[in-house]
Amino acid sequence: MLNKYPLWKNLLIVFVIALSAIYAAPNFYPPDPAIQISHDSGLVDQSAIDTASASLIADGIYFLSAELEDGSGLIRLQDQNDQRRAQEIVQLSLPDEYLIAQNMAPNTPGFLQSFGAGPMAYGLDLSGGVHFLMEVDMEQAVSNQLNDSIAVMRRLLREERLRYRPPIEVDATNRIVIRFNDADTRTAANNLIREEFPDLISRNSEIANEFILYYQPTEASILLLQDYALQQNLSTLRTRVDALGVREPKVQRMGQDRIVVELPGIQDTARAKDIISTVATLRFHLVAESNAAPGTTTDYDYQGLPLTLENDLIVGGDSVTQAQATFDAQTSLPQVNITLDAAGARQMNEATRGNIGRNMAILLSETKVRTVTELLPSGDIVSSSEPYEEIRVISAPTIQAALGRQFRITGLMGNEANDLALLIRSGALAAPMYFIEESTIGPSLGQENIDRGVLSVQIGLALVLVFMVVYYRLFGLVANIALSINLFLLIAVMSIIGATLTLPGIAGIVLTVGMAVDANVLIFARIREELKNGLSVQKAIDSGYGRAFVTILDANVTTLLVAIILYSIGTGPVKGFAVTLSIGILTSMFTAIVVTRAIINLIYGGRKVNKLSIGIKMPEPNANNG
Amino acid sequence: MVDFNNTIDFMGKRKFATMISAILIVISIGSFFVNGMRFGLDFTGGTQAELLFEESPDLEDVRNVLGQNGFQNYEVVFFGSDLDVVIRIQDLQEEGLPLEESNQTGDRVLTMLEEASGQNIELLRSEFIGAQVGDELREQGGLGMLVALIMIMIYISLRFQFKFAVGAVVALAHDVIIVLGFFSLMQFDFDLTVLAAVLAVVGYSLNDTIVVSDRIRENFRLLRGVDPTETINTSITQTFSRTIITSLTTLLVLLALLLVGGEMINGFAVALTAGVIIGTYSSIYVAANVLLYMHISKEDLIPAQKDDEELDALP
Repeated sequence: MLNKYPLWKNLLIVFVIALSAIYAAPNFYPPDPAIQISHDSGLVDQSAIDTASASLIADGIYFLSAELEDGSGLIRLQDQNDQRRAQEIVQLSLPDEYLIAQNMAPNTPGFLQSFGAGPMAYGLDLSGGVHFLMEVDMEQAVSNQLNDSIAVMRRLLREERLRYRPPIEVDATNRIVIRFNDADTRTAANNLIREEFPDLISRNSEIANEFILYYQPTEASILLLQDYALQQNLSTLRTRVDALGVREPKVQRMGQDRIVVELPGIQDTARAKDIISTVATLRFHLVAESNAAPGTTTDYDYQGLPLTLENDLIVGGDSVTQAQATFDAQTSLPQVNITLDAAGARQMNEATRGNIGRNMAILLSETKVRTVTELLPSGDIVSSSEPYEEIRVISAPTIQAALGRQFRITGLMGNEANDLALLIRSGALAAPMYFIEESTIGPSLGQENIDRGVLSVQIGLALVLVFMVVYYRLFGLVANIALSINLFLLIAVMSIIGATLTLPGIAGIVLTVGMAVDANVLIFARIREELKNGLSVQKAIDSGYGRAFVTILDANVTTLLVAIILYSIGTGPVKGFAVTLSIGILTSMFTAIVVTRAIINLIYGGRKVNKLSIGIKMPEPNANNG
Repeated sequence: MVDFNNTIDFMGKRKFATMISAILIVISIGSFFVNGMRFGLDFTGGTQAELLFEESPDLEDVRNVLGQNGFQNYEVVFFGSDLDVVIRIQDLQEEGLPLEESNQTGDRVLTMLEEASGQNIELLRSEFIGAQVGDELREQGGLGMLVALIMIMIYISLRFQFKFAVGAVVALAHDVIIVLGFFSLMQFDFDLTVLAAVLAVVGYSLNDTIVVSDRIRENFRLLRGVDPTETINTSITQTFSRTIITSLTTLLVLLALLLVGGEMINGFAVALTAGVIIGTYSSIYVAANVLLYMHISKEDLIPAQKDDEELDALP
């Protein structure tokens, strides 16, 4: 029958709409402004939360709830304007080891959560927060490594008394160049060096009495080294960012040599920057013997017991170039392989050669930053950042042999090896990093953007709705229903795929609203035409939809092409825009064609109709033949 | 409202339209050379900070404070209200400062202005973007346009015919050049959101052109014994009401964005409004015009009938 959808099709449409309502719904429960309490190391207990809430009550700040959630405290506030004050008050009431951060606590009701539904994440431009883009200096990473190798080569050649013409240097193409006086020495040197550095490709050449050896790292080993450097810097940053106690920090690799850090809700950028710039260093000290001269030792706490260490430093953490958790090939016991640079290796060798059997302690020293809050007599609260050093003994193994460039730390339990390797690695950056992009968005600006964006969408939508009803009457009303469903669908899909809503994203939604109408305008204009051409009402509807469909498809596919290209090459804001646009195109095709047709069919389908409420004067059945 | 029973002779004015388009494009390209583009921070690199004052500051004072503190090439403007001030300092913060030493210009500016003015100033946002990132963006933007153009040409050639692809791409280039020219001429900031808008203009203009082309294709197949100009006039007339209504509804939404959306999406709204107006014009006068210049004919769209003749005609 003409203009009648089968039952299953109607049910499917209802099902899709119901589903989209469920997944779009969480976005309509606004999150609460909140204060998050976390502890430097470990969990937050109920007493800390009680203290915090008592201090808020005392200051007259109204809060909705204060509870423990996943080991950290969450206090939901009623008024966003209280957030900053509340943060300061709580910081003041608790010891400095507690980290207090502002954030937005989601408010999704339980029954929606059971569907796995949650609100869209807001981009930094909407939520406020800081964004850093950092670049790892890869050239430096490679040249560090090469210089390190040179130092080892120098030592090897010296030890074997193979004479070369100093200096050994790195040329512009990243090759190590060593010059000799005769071919025999060169051959001997090459044999020696290749044993130590299997990764380097060697090449000979002779220029005017000089016998030259070139060593070049393989492409693969350079890539591996760069990858290692990036991973290393990434894990270092993660460890440091964790210290900020932010709810959903993002530390992500971007491309070959970049790292993105995004900290929603963080306003104190200076502190954020201080913390991610925190210097953590590793130090190796000998455990003091009982007869050590007073004043040359310091006591540390190690697993609850005092441990006396010599003040003299064997090697500092800047000498550690690699630390990896592995298993001993023979015993299968976990161990950590440490690689030192050349200078460190020499110092380590000198210090351990004469001290076999003694214990060596590995210390981790971290420069952290804490917020110190003070209550002034005037009632104002002043907070400032204060750096402090935290030193821990990680391990104190026995020296079993004279150590050199590479050595192992054994006698560890399974996970200990991993943790230790991570700790040692996370202390240092493998290569220097530079800030190449940085932005901070204040929360008030974020709120203003959201409010204005939402308002402009509402007004734009209202204008379009009114226009459509005035111009297309009942058909306009149907289009309006479809348009509203389209918005729900769009929001639902974005929530499901975990898209981040940004300002350009809102702009994309607005554009979709404008363009979604186009499909309906096309269809309705076509139906009007068919009516004018003298087609019967039912035939006009069917043919209007049918003929407009081809046009809509062509137009939308091309626009979708543009959106996909935008997405694949764009960054940040452009990507956000492309995502909303593509989803919008797809959902609007569904609502503008399928949903409106279903409604029109329900209204007009399957019966005899002489008049359509589509905003034109209906011609008499046989009046239009010219 | 806009129903036309008689075919309008759109193509009768096509020489005039060609001239108008040519003039607009010449002005746009001329402006690129004379004025250049005023690229926003996203593209140039530099530091931008938005500050909220308690009392409206004298911008000259703010500039003096910056100057006295050794800043150069800065720009200080009100943003939205007279309490809201945006400071742009291009390429001051040197790129390549190590992580540990990098300092924050936004915070520094804030502190020095608070000291100088005695006001409690709020730092609403602060951005620093390395020039290198900007270069990449510029390349990506250009590359994106190029790839988009090629893909669109391929798609339209497949779905329609090569002459339509040329028409659509010429219309597209026409719209993009004029919107960019408008930004260059008015010296509006060209930032990432504007880039997004220009790309949306690409989509919009294409949408419009395809709808008209679609009808032209249909009418070439449908109408017999009518010359191409007449066919195109008929097609444009038939789609005219839809063209106007769609543009109107989109403009309604954009109007809301322009008036209420706030300063941050102002650039986006301006670019898109200009794009929609130009796009509407070009879907009527540029794409169809190109078809006529390329001597579009019925045979272009009914290849099946033509095959034999063509084979016979080959030497």
